[in-house]
Amino acid sequence: MSLSISFNINGQPRTVELDDPRITLLDLLRERLALTGAKKGCDRGQCGACTVLVDGRRINSCLALAVSLDGAAVTTIEGLADGERLHPVQAAFIAHDGFQCGFCTPGQIMSAVGLLAEGQAGDDPERIRELMSGNICRCGAYRGITEAVLDAQKALDGSNRENAA
Amino acid sequence: MPLETPAPIAPYRRHGSNAGQPLTRRDGELKVTGRATYAADNHPEGMLYAVTAVSSIARGRVTFLDVAAAKAHPGVVEVLTPANRPPLAHDPDKKLGMFGFRIEVLQDDSVRYVNQPIALVVGETLEAATEGAALLNPRYEVEPARTGLDNGERYAPAAIGVGGAPRTAYGDVEAGFAAADTIVEADYATPTQFHNAMEPHAVVAQWDGDHVTLDMPNQALVMSREAYAAWFGIAPENVLIRSPFLGGGFGSKAILNGPQILAILAARLLQRPVKLALTRSQMYGPVGHRGRTWQTLRLGLDGEGRLTALHHRSIAATSSFEDFLEPAANASLYPYASPAILAETHGLRLDIGTPGPMRAPGEASGSAALEAAMDEAAEACGMDPLDFRLANYAQTEPGTGRPYSSKALRECYAEGAKRFGWAGRPLQPRQMRDENGLLVGWGVGTALFPCPHFPAQARATLRADGTALVETAGADMGQGAWTALAQIAAEALGLDPDQVEFHSGVSSLPDGGVAGGSGHTASAGLALHNAGEDVIAQLAELAINDPASPLFGAGNIGVVARSGRLRRRDDETRSETYVDILTRVGRGAVVGTGRMARDEEAARTWAMYSHGAVFAEVKVDPELGQVRATRLVGAFAAGRLVNPRLVRSQYYGGMIWGLSFALLEEAVADRRTGRIMNADLAEYHVPVSTDAPSVDAILVPEEDAYVNPLGIKGVGEIGVTGTVGAIANAVWHATGVRIRRFPIRMEDLMTRR
Repeated sequence: MSLSISFNINGQPRTVELDDPRITLLDLLRERLALTGAKKGCDRGQCGACTVLVDGRRINSCLALAVSLDGAAVTTIEGLADGERLHPVQAAFIAHDGFQCGFCTPGQIMSAVGLLAEGQAGDDPERIRELMSGNICRCGAYRGITEAVLDAQKALDGSNRENAA
Repeated sequence: MPLETPAPIAPYRRHGSNAGQPLTRRDGELKVTGRATYAADNHPEGMLYAVTAVSSIARGRVTFLDVAAAKAHPGVVEVLTPANRPPLAHDPDKKLGMFGFRIEVLQDDSVRYVNQPIALVVGETLEAATEGAALLNPRYEVEPARTGLDNGERYAPAAIGVGGAPRTAYGDVEAGFAAADTIVEADYATPTQFHNAMEPHAVVAQWDGDHVTLDMPNQALVMSREAYAAWFGIAPENVLIRSPFLGGGFGSKAILNGPQILAILAARLLQRPVKLALTRSQMYGPVGHRGRTWQTLRLGLDGEGRLTALHHRSIAATSSFEDFLEPAANASLYPYASPAILAETHGLRLDIGTPGPMRAPGEASGSAALEAAMDEAAEACGMDPLDFRLANYAQTEPGTGRPYSSKALRECYAEGAKRFGWAGRPLQPRQMRDENGLLVGWGVGTALFPCPHFPAQARATLRADGTALVETAGADMGQGAWTALAQIAAEALGLDPDQVEFHSGVSSLPDGGVAGGSGHTASAGLALHNAGEDVIAQLAELAINDPASPLFGAGNIGVVARSGRLRRRDDETRSETYVDILTRVGRGAVVGTGRMARDEEAARTWAMYSHGAVFAEVKVDPELGQVRATRLVGAFAAGRLVNPRLVRSQYYGGMIWGLSFALLEEAVADRRTGRIMNADLAEYHVPVSTDAPSVDAILVPEEDAYVNPLGIKGVGEIGVTGTVGAIANAVWHATGVRIRRFPIRMEDLMTRR
């Protein structure tokens, strides 16, 4: 059986021949496209370590079958930085020590980027905590994560104002 | 509501050039860009995928596996069962050193616990191997599962934890109780907990003749290298373990387990690289857990609220075939003054996987019960819980009378209470409500953790360009070792951290010891410090004996190393750069070595612990019994802090583990089958962001001249210890109900209103 999908991955159009219909987006990224930033923590949509953006929305890539993504635009942690320049969320995670072991971090960061794009958290840490609660950090770096998201929100607001002006 | 202002960093001494600074993580950029490679991110050419099939019964035999069906599935390459499993050089039913547990590697058809590997399926793809494992459709001969106190087998253990004594007695406990005005006695139960590191245990194994390379998360690289060598009958130097990043460990990645060994064996059999990553549910069995306990505390008290006797008895669960027992009762030996203390542990064999060390093993479960019992005792004496703890403050180590190497616990109590706002707390429970009518309660717990040191070695190479390479086979499972250890090495070498290249996480480097016991920074740090000092001593020899050096003849005065220069101790204007010294004598490099070393007499003379106090606020819904830990303030004193930013993160993480212990975590076994009913991250609850709204840590300054030459104590586990009790006590203060079973659940509060 051969199935072909065409999609956009981190800004690059890509056509992939799938050798198996059971392949999830996460396993496609990790085992076939050498994009191992997204992590498999549970394979059940319970931990959030595999979070990526599909058409701008954050999803658990372990719950999406690859064959369903024909025509989609996928952004992974590898596609976030602008060359050597970190995305404001990435920089804020470092500054606020929003991680320890780092395994959940790609998912946390993609979830935070998705959250900020959703524009529903504002500067309310309680909302941020609630809306980041699909991403488990067993090390317990939550304080730094919340501070990082708040900080990145401010940085992005600032740059948006600059762009508008 | 704005986030609370980050606390100012407590004054820390700048030690030389760099240690003590709150640097960000050296591996931060790799981790935020997805470029940090964990074991399962490796993909060598020609790699196969291995998946274990696991038992769904807790005790019995496997009578049938449909190997033919599995092998017939497209892409399945091999199926290993007890019938065809190639030989191993070590008998899995024998121990292999202290950390070498008896494990299951398809040595026979017996089943000893749920989720035990009963076959290994290897396929060209993960999908094929997974389907092959499902097609095995095992049949069993089932024996009844032993799941609890009523049907487990009691026994008297020879040792608890890792080589600990099952019974320790100081003074005359019976006389103490006879002299008491009040006796408080209570039973506490703690559940089975699983480490649940975010990264499932994984390995990518590649053989080349009789050499094997293992990409795997590992907390004890050189120790594990020796063990794998024994299992596979090859020389230790033929085993290369690469563990540049661990996705969390918490004690679960120091001990060898069956699935990883089987994957390595499959790679040898098939002569191709093999990757295995456990599924989340498969982690609830073969890779350790915190064992269940049933504890009884008995406290004798005089009329002033001082302990006259303390008896802590614990029954700890282990597997039917191995003996790791959570040393919970021993947690009562250290924190409080009492003329008589008795700690004793009994064993209970169940049909479960073998427990193991899990973040603050013994201390977490034991201090949970002790701190709750201390609160009950304070209530019995009509005293404020903090005053009660101060009345029982240990001036010297209980039992031994040894002085403390340092103990800023009074400062921790005082500063924590102040930041939290403890003053004015009503003595009686159920007195406080918030604006929404939720019950509010405040509790306190004492935190304590010992300061073990482990053998460790390191090498430092000063290069002709004035930069250095430092090496030790350490492990960074998130605590920040790559950063903190590099800071220590840079300080010893008198260099900026940016001038130091730090190599670690590979078993071929000098043995960095075990990342555990909150002792890695001190142990590997001392080795690195001594390696750096060795380099500087050699460099000084080169300079002071050379008439061409401005340092010539400074032998008796001595030199100091700072900012890449050796300086005459009495006149720092007379100095010379490392580069100049090496260039003049034509040396390409100076290599120094070091090992963990401290004054062993001091270690015997002084009692050494990290200390702390944790204050908790909870809010409880009076109708639904829902509990939220709304504020946690911990104040900790742990000697010199190499990197305050990372230390804070350790305290936050530890306190969140304490919150999790108090309110969330519990693996529940079906009493009929022994199956764990919540072996996943949706139903086995660990904290998410919203569970930990406010966590604050105060870094209480503390100098320790005796613990080791660097003055470093441990910070990784202590945060768990005081927090569990503080939250439990706050729940009582909010509701007036004592729940003595962890985690504290809403149904317990609803039924006992």
